[in-house]
Amino acid sequence: MPEKFDVIVVGAGPAGTSCAYTCAKNGLNVLLIERGEYPGAKNVMGGVLYRQQMEELIPDFWKEAPLERPVIEQRFWMMDKESVLSFGYKGLEWGVEPYNNFTVLRAQFDQWFAKKAVEAGALLITETVVTECIVEDGKVVGVRTDRPDGEVFADVVVLADGVNSLLSKQLGFHKEFRPDEVALTVMEVVNLPKDKINDRFNLEDNQGCTIEIFGDSTKGNLGTAFLYTNKESLNIGVGTTLSSMIKAKMKPYELLDYLKNHPMVKPFIAGGESAEYLAHLIPEGGYRSVPKVAGNGVIVVGDAAQLVNAIHREGSNMAMHSGLLAAETVIEAHRLGNFSQSMLNNYREALYNSFIIKDLEKYKDAAHTFEKYPQYFKEYVPMMNQAASKFFTVDGTPKRDKQKQIIKNMTSQRGTLRVLQDLYRAWKAVK
Amino acid sequence: MHIVVCVKQVPDTKIIKINPKTNTLDRRSAPAILNPYDAHAVQEAVKIKEKTGGTISVLSMGPPQATAVIKKSVEIGADQGYLISDRAFAGADTLATSYALSKALERIAKELPIDMIICGKHAIDGDTGQVGPGIARRLDIPPVTNVIEVTEVNEREKTVLIKRKLTNGYELVQSEMPCLLTVEKEINDIEYSPMPNMISAARYEPIIWAVDDLENVDRSQLGLKGSPTVVGKMFTPPRPEGGKKLDGSADEQVSQLMDILMEKKDLFTLQSTK
Amino acid sequence: MNLDDYRGVWVFIEQNDGKIEDVSLELLGAGKKLADKLEVPLGGFLLGNQIRPLANQVISYGADEVYLIDHPVLKDYRTESYMSGVMLLAQKYMPEIILYGATPNGKDLASAVATDLVTGLTADTTMLDVDVDNRLLEASRPAFGGNIMATILCKKHRPQMATVRPKVMKALEPDAVRQGKIIEEKIALNEEEMRTKVLQIVNDVTKKAKLADAHVIVCGGKGMGDLQNFQLIHELAETIGASAGGTRDVVEAGWLPHEQQVGQTGETVTPKIYFAIGVSGAIQHVVGMKNSEFIIAINKDPNAPIFDVATYGIVGDAMEIVPKLIEQFKKLKAEKGGELSYA
Ligand SMILES: Cc1cc2nc3c(=O)[nH]c(=O)nc-3n(C[C@H](O)[C@H](O)[C@H](O)COP(=O)(O)OP(=O)(O)OC[C@H]3O[C@@H](n4cnc5c(N)ncnc54)[C@H](O)[C@@H]3O)c2cc1C
Ligand SMILES: Cc1cc2nc3c(=O)[nH]c(=O)nc-3n(C[C@H](O)[C@H](O)[C@H](O)COP(=O)(O)OP(=O)(O)OC[C@H]3O[C@@H](n4cnc5c(N)ncnc54)[C@H](O)[C@@H]3O)c2cc1C
Ligand SMILES: Nc1ncnc2c1ncn2[C@@H]1O[C@H](COP(=O)(O)O)[C@@H](O)[C@H]1O
Repeated sequence: MPEKFDVIVVGAGPAGTSCAYTCAKNGLNVLLIERGEYPGAKNVMGGVLYRQQMEELIPDFWKEAPLERPVIEQRFWMMDKESVLSFGYKGLEWGVEPYNNFTVLRAQFDQWFAKKAVEAGALLITETVVTECIVEDGKVVGVRTDRPDGEVFADVVVLADGVNSLLSKQLGFHKEFRPDEVALTVMEVVNLPKDKINDRFNLEDNQGCTIEIFGDSTKGNLGTAFLYTNKESLNIGVGTTLSSMIKAKMKPYELLDYLKNHPMVKPFIAGGESAEYLAHLIPEGGYRSVPKVAGNGVIVVGDAAQLVNAIHREGSNMAMHSGLLAAETVIEAHRLGNFSQSMLNNYREALYNSFIIKDLEKYKDAAHTFEKYPQYFKEYVPMMNQAASKFFTVDGTPKRDKQKQIIKNMTSQRGTLRVLQDLYRAWKAVK
Repeated sequence: MHIVVCVKQVPDTKIIKINPKTNTLDRRSAPAILNPYDAHAVQEAVKIKEKTGGTISVLSMGPPQATAVIKKSVEIGADQGYLISDRAFAGADTLATSYALSKALERIAKELPIDMIICGKHAIDGDTGQVGPGIARRLDIPPVTNVIEVTEVNEREKTVLIKRKLTNGYELVQSEMPCLLTVEKEINDIEYSPMPNMISAARYEPIIWAVDDLENVDRSQLGLKGSPTVVGKMFTPPRPEGGKKLDGSADEQVSQLMDILMEKKDLFTLQSTK
Repeated sequence: MNLDDYRGVWVFIEQNDGKIEDVSLELLGAGKKLADKLEVPLGGFLLGNQIRPLANQVISYGADEVYLIDHPVLKDYRTESYMSGVMLLAQKYMPEIILYGATPNGKDLASAVATDLVTGLTADTTMLDVDVDNRLLEASRPAFGGNIMATILCKKHRPQMATVRPKVMKALEPDAVRQGKIIEEKIALNEEEMRTKVLQIVNDVTKKAKLADAHVIVCGGKGMGDLQNFQLIHELAETIGASAGGTRDVVEAGWLPHEQQVGQTGETVTPKIYFAIGVSGAIQHVVGMKNSEFIIAINKDPNAPIFDVATYGIVGDAMEIVPKLIEQFKKLKAEKGGELSYA
């Protein structure tokens, strides 16, 4: 007789583990199934973990979790071919408890987090792929895995299987995502001695820095690049929507190669040794792409539900919070012995009342706008660089004249009206 | 039939990186795994048990997190597992390892007599293959190393028929039981564990023993103290002296090479086939 | 244990069916160097059934003394009978160093003996030396997947023992007139007490051994580009009567079966001529071929590490060079009317 659990969670990423952890802590009989060799083995992330949502689950987690560095400085670069316009914030208050956010290596963090769920009582099974949900009379009653005798049953199944979520697609919750709803990101972990990192980024041992790079990092396509500091390595990566990649006929690794050899970036990684190369999709469809998230006996969380804020590169926190909300609904459903769609819809409601959907709604037009009007990345970034160069070059021209010249250059390149239009549109998209 | 399989947790040397400056392991990059040969050893025990019935135990020595390889063994089909873990075991070479494991095996045998012990051919972190034969000597049972097939297990006669790999072929050996086998990878294919095994493994809590849980232990034979060998120095392998690069166009280089080869008479001769 | 009671360097002479294994002869060569440095005799010890005639061969390859145990029970190798023989010899004559070939039998025997003598044993050694002042054997071996070498010492126990990889050390030229002492010991063993029986030995020298024994190897690397271009490797090999080999990357790409992989996780080879074509020369590859007598590297990257091991290097495109080589060899064969022979 196959076993029956209270809840089966598919996928031990931040979303699934957070759900499994919370359910187990509340005494439910939880089975967490992960296809990787261990949680985190295949998981990719630029590497910024936010404190708040993690703290909700495990207070003071920074005292024991395998974190890399607390981020004390965030830089933003508008990068052109041979120049960069940079701004940012560095604050020592972020370097002390309770910190703001952290760089992490997912391979280590996910393992640790899953261990916490196991300690709380969840059963974790790895190297096992869930191939489909078992549906009886319109209700999800369990999952089928690729193992012999591979069926397992549960009152409710939580799908935390990440961006592609084949499982919720099989259930008809969403269609294949369009190429403009997902970004393809490639990244590398580059090993570099601690001292070198500290010197190059102007940091102490337990301080981290993140750099978000716009403009030439994606050869002007919609997307961003990043460079984050770990303890003894850097995470460097670049992503653009799949549609831009197709349109520009780019290969992802070529883009990463281009970035690594960019004169503004190269000195940071020089002498480093590539330790890992990873590629992954990010759901960037935002608000409009969020699929059905609750059905009869089933709930969808994290990337599988498209819960990512691409503009602020927040994903893991939304994953964790949605996992928590799902757990709360499951615990309640368990108490009442009711796993119907209407009961599980409480999760949907909680999700829509949380910061997650509210944030996604706020930016619902952003990606779309930038995708449709490539001038933001292709033209404005170089223009801003030229402007800065002009402004800061000391050549005897009065500053007032320089400003005039800059404005003139901009408007002559794109026309006054169109510049204003662009600015208004961008402001509307992110306001 | 009670089979005990000795299993070791090792860093995955396929992925392992060495820091060229300090010559130390970069353990960040290397996940700890069940020694691949030991996985085949457990699988072979499962195959034998399918025919004879009985119990499969696994035994490991290592730090507390080595319970992971015991759970992994339960996934493959072991029934139970013991980890001996104690600071006193730390730093053991093969001699001290076989001593500690043999003491644990004596205790296991008290609970349920052992018919067969299976080890991997070697552990991929040390590549020595010395622990298995060492255990056999200490327990005074016959070892059969480099096993590529367990042809027959005769429980009534207490004998096994085994194919053992040699440099140029193999031999067919009959051994009395109890005995100790060390197995090659080609002995079997690891099967994909069924879901119920996975669930049992996830639930399984290995039994952990410290030195004091074992009987008649001479502490001076344990760990670093009981290890006659020490690592002197580590170095990157010396590269042999490089030779000469030829130069000129492709044709020139090829004809230079032909001349050199023809001059070196002892390299080859032309034998007339006419 | 008084370390000074132990003197002499010993080599286990492994014989199968009355034929001495090459590795034992290689170890006599290596052992001789150690014995000379320590100013002690080199001993070979030989167990088996009717093996007395082999003693002179052991001496001709460098041994000063041969210790013999001849007994029907020792006909085929078995741990229990062989180890009691070695225990008897080692406890009586107390050598300070014992070397064994790292073959299945050599490793098995050494492990059992080390346990009973309570001494250190270093596995799969590839470099041997002695610290003469402390009379310490320095046995170095690849560690952690071969990226690094570790020197293992056994300071407080004797004898110091090591198993040594075949084909790494060099045998001496045999000297038929060399003189030495033959010491024979008797052992009380009987077949009834043996717990293991060897029922049958099957020699199966198929493709695997072929590469290891080849006189000439043409090894192609990933630089050959694709399976089709890799055929040039086969063509050159065929033309000159060589065996084709490949790097791990080539085997993983499916261009060659695993039996033909050269290197740490493949075969160790020592042919007279080794062609490395489109091979970068990664350390894991080099450990498997560096003892070849004459190494020719063809690579388009002048900085490829393979050139550090090559006797002669050609910097150029394999697609251009190899066809020319094939042509030259074909011409040579046509002119002289024969095949190349390397014996
Ligand atoms: C390059 C990159 C950079 C990013 N940077 C950041 C950042 O800096 N900060 C941030 O907060 N977010 C970032 N994100 C987003 C963040 O990684 C995701 O939002 C987050 O990982 C989502 O968590 P999840 O648990 O929903 O999905 P995942 O982390 O994708 O986990 C899904 C898990 O399910 C498993 N799985 C899938 N299918 C099956 C199946 N059928 N059976 C069993 N198991 C299955 C997978 O192996 C995986 O472990 C980044 C993403 C990428 C790609
Ligand atoms: C634990 C471990 C064990 C290993 N064991 C082995 C082993 O047993 N055997 C083994 O071989 N490897 C082994 N490896 C792999 C080894 O590290 C290397 O990756 C491998 O040997 C590289 O193979 P290659 O030289 O064919 O390919 P590459 O390193 O890709 O080299 C290709 C070379 O071809 C040259 N080239 C390209 N085009 C041309 C052309 N047209 N003409 C001429 N030259 C050209 C390039 O300059 C380059 O130098 C092992 C690795 C590990 C980690
Ligand atoms: N620490 C250990 N715990 C359990 N078994 C071990 C341990 N070390 C070695 N073994 C066993 O001995 C075999 C040979 O190991 P080694 O001699 O280290 O190459 C392994 O495949 C295991 O079966």
